[in-house]
Amino acid sequence: MAAPKKAAASTPQDKTDGGSPPEFTREQELKALRDMLLIRRFEEKAGQLYGMGAIGGFCHLYIGQEAVVVGMQMALKEGDQVITGYRDHGHMLATGMDANGVMAELTGRQGGYSKGKGGSMHMFSKEKHFYGGHGIVGAQVSLGTGLAFANHYRGNGNVSVTYFGDGAANQGQVYESFNMAELWKLPVIFVIENNRYAMGTSVSRASAQQDFSKRGASFNIPGKQVDGMDVRAVKAAGEEAAAWCRAGKGPYILEMQTYRYRGHSMSDPAKYRTREEVEKVRHDQDPIEQVRNRLLDAKVSEQDLKAIDAEVRDIVNASADFAQHDPEPDAAELWTDVYR
Amino acid sequence: MPIQVLMPALSPTMEKGNLAKWLKKEGEPIKSGDVIAEIETDKATMEVEATDEGTLGKILVPEGTADVAVNTPIATILADGESAADLAKAPAPAAKAAESAPPAAAKAEAPAPKAAPAPQVVAEPEPEVPAGTEMVTQTIREALRDAMAEEMRRDADVFVMGEEVAEYQGAYKVTQGLLQEFGAKRVIDTPITEHGFAGVGVGAAMTGLKPIVEFMTFNFAMQAIDQIINSAAKTLYMSGGQMGCSIVFRGPNGAAARVAAQHSQDYSAWYSHVPGLKVVAPYSAADAKGLLKAAIRDPNPVIFLENEVLYGHTGEVPKLDDFVIPIGKARIVRAGTHVTIISWSNGMTYALKAADELAKDGIEAEVIDLRTLRPMDTETIINSVKKTGRAVTVEEGWAQSGVGAEIAARIMENAFDYLDAPVTRVSGKDVPMPYASNLEKLALPSAAEVVEAAKAVCYR
Repeated sequence: MAAPKKAAASTPQDKTDGGSPPEFTREQELKALRDMLLIRRFEEKAGQLYGMGAIGGFCHLYIGQEAVVVGMQMALKEGDQVITGYRDHGHMLATGMDANGVMAELTGRQGGYSKGKGGSMHMFSKEKHFYGGHGIVGAQVSLGTGLAFANHYRGNGNVSVTYFGDGAANQGQVYESFNMAELWKLPVIFVIENNRYAMGTSVSRASAQQDFSKRGASFNIPGKQVDGMDVRAVKAAGEEAAAWCRAGKGPYILEMQTYRYRGHSMSDPAKYRTREEVEKVRHDQDPIEQVRNRLLDAKVSEQDLKAIDAEVRDIVNASADFAQHDPEPDAAELWTDVYR
Repeated sequence: MPIQVLMPALSPTMEKGNLAKWLKKEGEPIKSGDVIAEIETDKATMEVEATDEGTLGKILVPEGTADVAVNTPIATILADGESAADLAKAPAPAAKAAESAPPAAAKAEAPAPKAAPAPQVVAEPEPEVPAGTEMVTQTIREALRDAMAEEMRRDADVFVMGEEVAEYQGAYKVTQGLLQEFGAKRVIDTPITEHGFAGVGVGAAMTGLKPIVEFMTFNFAMQAIDQIINSAAKTLYMSGGQMGCSIVFRGPNGAAARVAAQHSQDYSAWYSHVPGLKVVAPYSAADAKGLLKAAIRDPNPVIFLENEVLYGHTGEVPKLDDFVIPIGKARIVRAGTHVTIISWSNGMTYALKAADELAKDGIEAEVIDLRTLRPMDTETIINSVKKTGRAVTVEEGWAQSGVGAEIAARIMENAFDYLDAPVTRVSGKDVPMPYASNLEKLALPSAAEVVEAAKAVCYR
């Protein structure tokens, strides 16, 4: 058997089609910065709480990938649904779910979104149209196609944004879903978050076709590779895909080329890549630094940026405080919500 | 010697059909592959092709004849040079049928349900049905179809999806006519993609739609079992009650006939293991209708286990505008005092037959049709066992970790002091389902085994 190829040395944005994305307004830049910072600080705090033993089980952090979900969210409209896999805290915060409720779910408390019964990988918000949080790799792709089916059935003009990773992209039900989505022209954007590693397996070691935007080719689903580290590029691609879906043309695939800085989960020593590789992406492409630098270039004061930092830190600290002091669910909760 | 054309079996479970039309006349030349007749079953109209060449000699069964048993000679074909006078040489129809078709002949004497002529299900009227209600005689297939059609008329959020449910009218014709009434938006043919369309159904249900997902058989639902259990059954709990899933997964479950191990499996125990799911497995036509309507309305995921062998069986269904049977209630189908026999779905065939046999020996069995496996109606079981002191469970599935094992445990936990004998299980044998007719019969439970078990617990 041939030795596996080395992980592609190229950086994510090398593959993106040419031209800079449309500029953001100052308000958009500030919003993107604030929303991405919230995710990053939240995840850092979650990591700390995990280390303290306040969070149990699995905990998969989204640090490094913030531009994907924040940019996509900026391209959506009220009523569009979001569904994802287990690396889901960022998606919840981006859809507007309350940081207290998310953090309290991580600590297994009654004020958590699932009353402490779902945990990190299983949270939902009907109000924010967030459909989970799914722990079985790839399962959310069929479910997200079902959300799009419901939109189509009701003719409500909404789009289902179905996120999954480069690892899940190798699951069989993904292709079953692609087939039905195109066959029935369902309004679903399949967002493949290619962070280059499925747990410890690099894309080159697991995927025969490493260009994930082509994964829908045999179903005639258009696809696009996007610099998932540039929130402007994500938003622009998201708008294009959403317009395609809303025009009744069926599904659209967006391969977001991104990177996770942390391990797969908290217990991952990340021996499958070098520290230099991580540092290089962090230094050259960090999604938050890109926005911050553009804002500084545009003469936004350090002080204004610090104010955003402070606001975000307050939210995150409050959520950590809440999540550690909120009571555990009542023992009677064991028996509720099995049936309705 | 003239060749006999026999009534063909067009599906594994077909026992008889109607000879709708002859397309060739006596004396007409026939080539191999010519369509010579049309046969109607309760599922479809099929063409009969000649497999021999010659001249159509004599039509033995005229067109328009109903209920012609499989393997009955329907015509003779004369080879070149033969004449009508040679017809006398043809073997006697009965002898020919017996020698040329061992599987069907064996079936005809087997105690197995598929061999028995489709019985009138002898269920007593539902207690909820007002006295004097008009009853209509329906097949279970028709009862299921009517249940879906009524609920689809009542609620625009109800739709049905699955393989061949629309244009083909259902692989087993359970969805017959639905496409014509409700259109392609609500009666949806899927690709062969169980894992995917089960997930699509669950996702749609999470938004509040009410899908009926048909599996061509539950054997194929193994491809989809992750979505059924991990997504459908657990989401309400994992979301702290925010997001549930009103969905019905239905289709034939258990052994059909002669389709071997991968197509003959009873999933009663598998699904009834899982909190968050409800599991329904009706036996009678009335229950099939009333319980399917309840399942479609239920806000939880419901596994609705049908049985291919029973689809063609008829029963009396109350003619009511809205006949709904609550999920979770067993029914005493036959009252008795000596021993309680508990079963569901096709297991009831063995149970009821055994009760008839036992009565001849003076043993009056009380027969309970569970109808719902989860939640299980423990109370009805326990009350009966308190009266009889003895219990036999009957299931087509395997004994280990089976539903019978669960029933036995509940009886022990709740009525130990009332028992005069150990609870005994009659079940499918602990092997994959064999193909050979004789082995298949041995692998399934039988009325004789139920009689034996009942006598044993009565110390007779």
